[in-house]
Amino acid sequence: MSAPRRYELVYIVSPDAPEEQVAAIHEQVDQTVQKMGGTLEKSENWGRRKLAYEIQHHKDGVYVLEVIVGGGELMKELDRKLKVIDQVIRHLIVRVDDEQRVVDRTRTRRQDTQARRRTARGLPPVPTEGERRRGDSGDDDGGEIGLETEI
Amino acid sequence: MAFGAKKSGSGGRGRGGTSRTGSAAGGDRAGAAGGQRRSLFRRRKVCKFCADKIDDINYKDVKLLQGFVPERAKVLPRRISGTCAKHQRKLRVAIMRARVLALLPYAAE
Ligand SMILES: [Zn+2]
Repeated sequence: MSAPRRYELVYIVSPDAPEEQVAAIHEQVDQTVQKMGGTLEKSENWGRRKLAYEIQHHKDGVYVLEVIVGGGELMKELDRKLKVIDQVIRHLIVRVDDEQRVVDRTRTRRQDTQARRRTARGLPPVPTEGERRRGDSGDDDGGEIGLETEI
Repeated sequence: MAFGAKKSGSGGRGRGGTSRTGSAAGGDRAGAAGGQRRSLFRRRKVCKFCADKIDDINYKDVKLLQGFVPERAKVLPRRISGTCAKHQRKLRVAIMRARVLALLPYAAE
């Protein structure tokens, strides 16, 4: 039972590239994903942003994020394709499903602990809005030291 | 006597500039204290991610990461930021990714 792999691909298109070219690159990504049995879950154009440092003498770039579910071979192919597109001045592929699982687990565990402690003290398992506003979270996992800094 | 509170002595300058003490109260005190009592600014050294329950340290969250990449653009060491080991590791990975994408600088220009 292998869970599907989810990846985030972010690429930066040269600011000189016309909009149609940005669209064409996205189209190419989409087609590769489909051809290789993957799914394009989400696509986000962040638009033109200032780069934190120059890349190939460019000071800005157009950022695009694609969230892809698929296999490692597909991602290798995308990596290879993006490398040879001159207008793509930088790209990064990150696998995110495993990290997301860890995040979910941590969150669930914390909520369970909180609920258990609160129930033991005869409180409703989840803090009410009013409680939160007063900053009364003695029900917590010992992380309440942070409250002091919130005031 | 300002050094009485050992734990917080160095923590005071910690994440300088982050918004957490923000609010008017901080400002008022600054005025009243006339700057001679630094200890008033003490902040407990505590992992921001634990305290705020930030489970996901994401490379796309530039605003969050920026607070941990000071002037010379090195990753802020734990001894200063108070970040716990677990979150410091995640932070480092996120910062490295953000750098590849020029969302954060590698080094000061
Ligand atoms: Zn932590």
